[in-house]
Amino acid sequence: MAKTSVPQIKMPLTGNDAGAYAMKQVNPDVVAAYPITPQTELMQEFAQYVHDGDVDTAFITVESEHSAMSACIGAAAAGARTMTATSANGFALMWEVLYIAASLRLPITMAVVNRALSGPINIHCDHSDSMGARDAGWIQMYAENPQEAYDLWLIGIKAAENHDVLLPAMIMYDGFIISHTMEVVETLPDDAVKDYVGPYKPAYAMLLDEKPFTVGPLDFHDYYFEHKRQEIEGMERAPAALAAAAAEYEKLSGRHYGPVETYRADDADVIMVALGSTAGTARYVVDVLRDQGKSVGLMKLRTFRPFPHGEVTDALGKTKCVVVCDRVASFGAFGSPTFMELRSALYEVAERPLVINYIYGLGGRDTGPDLLEQAFEEGLRVARTGEIEQHVSYLGVR
Amino acid sequence: MPVKILEIRWHGRGGQGVKTAAMLFAEAAIEGGKHVQGFSDYGPERSGAPIQGFTRLSDNPIHLHNFITDPDVVVVLDPTLLGTVGVTEGLKKGGKVLVNSSHDPAELAAKLGVDKGQVFVVDAKKISLETMGRDMPNSPMMGALVKVVGLVELPWINQTFEKKFSAKSEKVVADNVAAVKRAYDEVHGAAS
Repeated sequence: MAKTSVPQIKMPLTGNDAGAYAMKQVNPDVVAAYPITPQTELMQEFAQYVHDGDVDTAFITVESEHSAMSACIGAAAAGARTMTATSANGFALMWEVLYIAASLRLPITMAVVNRALSGPINIHCDHSDSMGARDAGWIQMYAENPQEAYDLWLIGIKAAENHDVLLPAMIMYDGFIISHTMEVVETLPDDAVKDYVGPYKPAYAMLLDEKPFTVGPLDFHDYYFEHKRQEIEGMERAPAALAAAAAEYEKLSGRHYGPVETYRADDADVIMVALGSTAGTARYVVDVLRDQGKSVGLMKLRTFRPFPHGEVTDALGKTKCVVVCDRVASFGAFGSPTFMELRSALYEVAERPLVINYIYGLGGRDTGPDLLEQAFEEGLRVARTGEIEQHVSYLGVR
Repeated sequence: MPVKILEIRWHGRGGQGVKTAAMLFAEAAIEGGKHVQGFSDYGPERSGAPIQGFTRLSDNPIHLHNFITDPDVVVVLDPTLLGTVGVTEGLKKGGKVLVNSSHDPAELAAKLGVDKGQVFVVDAKKISLETMGRDMPNSPMMGALVKVVGLVELPWINQTFEKKFSAKSEKVVADNVAAVKRAYDEVHGAAS
């Protein structure tokens, strides 16, 4: 363990506990939320902190997720540090206002507890909710476990609020698989968190600034495009802001968070790519297969937006076959989102690897080591023969 | 080397505290410096419906994030599940089954189709009624499980109760500690 500048406090926390605890330590100015499983527990715990006086947050209960995000936008524009959380269909109900939060350059942060976008009705994990919003202008990071759910939210706040960026950030963790699973989480002392995020300094604050101004008026063909360009360029500066926020966080915690994380991948013939909790299971499988002398490794994709194309090509450029696991379907597309982005990133690589895509785990379908082993074996076959039989297929479906 | 993990699967019915037991047992192991996971399978929440909980324990970080399909130990909180739910499904060779029951372990082993040496029983219902005044089998089953798996120690369980419930009531802590101790003492396998 790296030496840390503050003591780490070990706590038994589920993903939702960890998220609520991070919020408590940050003590945001405003939280607006509406309950939806599996996120509900997180907000319930935070509401308890509000009730008990552990935070002095203005907690706004609203009638829908659309209103929750709208209230967050109003509060953030007024100059408040603002947070919320959601899942699945509630997230979908926020859709149009997600774009507005980003385009008004409001660094709201939000936990998205990943859950399938029904129907038929399903409350369990897949990434169809957050993946659908990948072009909404939000920073998106996927946490593997409760520890990352805690850490990434803190890092996300700092990066989002960076004045070079000024974009909202969402932190994803897998519904039930992480939100309701208790593990040991190392937390920072309250003071360390407060110092890390620092007092909130909004770039513009409607209610705090002395000079009055208008937020979000009409913006037609005269200036809209310029504002969009600024937003795009804000996102282009996000990698540097995330790296700086992560570096500072590493000094406190000893935990390193880059946009991708590789495991036994340097000399691997086959590298699996996974997001969220499945990356953990894949790490276990890598050890099992390495023990059998098989040349396999893992690349966990942590940051999906901004997509870390440079890091991806560095990590995957020398392997023979990449097996991309996507917990989401993109109907009618050639493969799922991670596959598409990744293949595009690899296009300029001189001897680019073959890439195959597995759709898995929809609606919470349990994905154990046996299924991932199957995917690795197909990857090894592709690496050996140089032939792809099917670019996109399924894991664990009847 | 893949990390060595002890995997425990809990079976019971909604309302018996399956989820709580799976989480608390994991939490107790943290007292002993273990790496842990405690979770359960969420379905429609109905009182009396069959429920599964899961506990993983290891000396090293645990990366797996799937249900426990090949448990080392199965804990059955409700004996009426035997013959209804495949509680021994995927049980590792030589794995252990701990049942809340007043019946003979050998008899249950025959019913479950496992070796009689694999089955342990404790009358958690009786212990619970006598120590806590209500039929809540999860606490005594944790005590019995300490005996059956080793690895976790009674004081760790007691400390966890203390942390969790002392704010609520010292009596709740004392009753649970008593139930755990009695089940630890009374759990037994088949006579050899």
